[in-house]
Amino acid sequence: MTGTAQIGRAFVFGDNIDTDLLAPGHLMKLSAEDLAQHCLEAIAPDFAKSVQPGDFVVAGKNFGLGSSREQAAVSLRLLGVGGVIAPSFARIFYRNALNLGLPALFCERADKIVQGDLLMVDPVLGKITNKTRGETLVCKPIPDHLMAMVRAGGLIAHLKTNAAHRDRA
Amino acid sequence: MAEATKPQKVFSGQTLAQKLLARASGRDDVAPGDIVIVNVDLAMAHDSSGPRRWKPHLDALGATLWDPSRVVIVSDHYVPAVDGESAAILKLTRAFAKEQNVGHFFDMEGICHAILPQKGLLRPGIFVAGGDSHTPHAGAFGCYAAGFGATDMLGIVVTGKTWTIVPETIRVELTGSFKHHVSAKDVMLLLCRELGMDNAFKAIEYGGPGVAGMSMEERMVLSNMAAELGGEVGLIAADRVTLDHIRAHGGETSEVDLAWQPDPDANYERIVTINLSDLEPQIAAPHSPANSFPISHAAGVPIDQAYIGACVGAKLEDLHMAAQILKGQRIAQGVRLLVAPASSQVTADAAADGTLSILLAAGATLLPSGCGACAGMGAGLLAAGETCISTTNRNFKGRMGHSEALVYLGSPYTVAASAIAGCLSDPRLHAADLAGAA
Repeated sequence: MTGTAQIGRAFVFGDNIDTDLLAPGHLMKLSAEDLAQHCLEAIAPDFAKSVQPGDFVVAGKNFGLGSSREQAAVSLRLLGVGGVIAPSFARIFYRNALNLGLPALFCERADKIVQGDLLMVDPVLGKITNKTRGETLVCKPIPDHLMAMVRAGGLIAHLKTNAAHRDRA
Repeated sequence: MAEATKPQKVFSGQTLAQKLLARASGRDDVAPGDIVIVNVDLAMAHDSSGPRRWKPHLDALGATLWDPSRVVIVSDHYVPAVDGESAAILKLTRAFAKEQNVGHFFDMEGICHAILPQKGLLRPGIFVAGGDSHTPHAGAFGCYAAGFGATDMLGIVVTGKTWTIVPETIRVELTGSFKHHVSAKDVMLLLCRELGMDNAFKAIEYGGPGVAGMSMEERMVLSNMAAELGGEVGLIAADRVTLDHIRAHGGETSEVDLAWQPDPDANYERIVTINLSDLEPQIAAPHSPANSFPISHAAGVPIDQAYIGACVGAKLEDLHMAAQILKGQRIAQGVRLLVAPASSQVTADAAADGTLSILLAAGATLLPSGCGACAGMGAGLLAAGETCISTTNRNFKGRMGHSEALVYLGSPYTVAASAIAGCLSDPRLHAADLAGAA
């Protein structure tokens, strides 16, 4: 353990999970909390109810394609998702995820993870330990200084924290 | 608008994306994989992604806009207000534009991507950051135009800068010319299938005689749907057609802007060539633009709705295409044809040139200009089990209303032909003008 690892269960999805599945357009006027309850419901009606804080979303290629709407990443974070693990991400989603405090991890062999597997994930080391299967997978590490922003809850929270530190200094 | 100076020095083997990012980052040259800090020339956002997301943070950080004259705000998602929430979002957007002295604010005039070129705000060479995924639309003018989320956009409007990773470029070479009732939309539906939608962190660059022969509005379709390919940008180098369009819309440009060209020996990750002369009308089946095939493989599927709308599919030329098919015809019993022009200027132009009369006489219902049903927000949403054919750019599950609705994508020709037939239909079989078309 390095202190940066998190443990959670895997919720597994396929390729091309788009932003309309993550945050349906016709519900975008709802509050972020209410919108999150509809996250992925079109393909996994029980997801919002069953996902627990720290659990991971594991998916196929091109996760988060579609709209620039940040609610796609915000909804996952509000449900407590500890990170998204996929072989590739849509560009805007990837930037949004880190900016909003949701780790997004590039993992070539995410397909080896099965629904319900217990994972220990260290984004800084780039290491995913599948405790259920006794396997270790590599993912692209997120540098520690970037993870500091992610852990703070995203860019804006990070700026506010830094501003508060400056004020105290 | 923002000044785009001539490239200082010509390095061999540079793609257009590299040249534009070298300019934006103040470097002589850049290579794919370089992380660069770029100066933003124009920052655009809309009522959904912009002020309502930024304001609480700007207030908390005590920050203001870096340069209001370079900020464009367009209210297009929640227009016109249909309830208290959408009215409040629009009210906040108006108040923000006023408080912050936003240089370019367009309230209910049309979709942001249609507005930028219509108002002459684009110029070859500039870096455009947009708070919407279809921002690559502006790449048709040789701008480096990329979409960003609201937090990235907040950083951009406060600092005037952002970062990006210099992308590898996929070159799409178009040769030949369209047969009747085939259009740029068909190219993009084919490309979604051929290139897939997983091209994140890559640039798409279009060129060749097929592009040179296209109008600006058709080029915009290529650039717009670079977003569906997953690309950061969809670039088309400027030519005389580009400069004429900019001048006709009151924008600034000069011959210098023609210097923004890829090098003949540019290093591309991949080059794909499409002969437009061989292209048939394409259609994308639910629930992905990549799930596409020639219309002949899907003809006959009954439809409930035909939708002509969105930044990509409701420009004046799109309405002209639909009118060409619908002239003197009537839509099928039980089918609704909805037309939401991309801007109020498009509506006015279509009224002036007689296009609107043709559409209305055929049974179309005219809707306000805005993102509308394409974004799942406006009029024209679908019920469970309903089928729609649409000129829009995405048909993801649940995007246009109920998650059990079925949305097919096609060109304005194909959508109009299907509205007449009451089912997915090949526009080449319906063309009122085909007799004279050899």
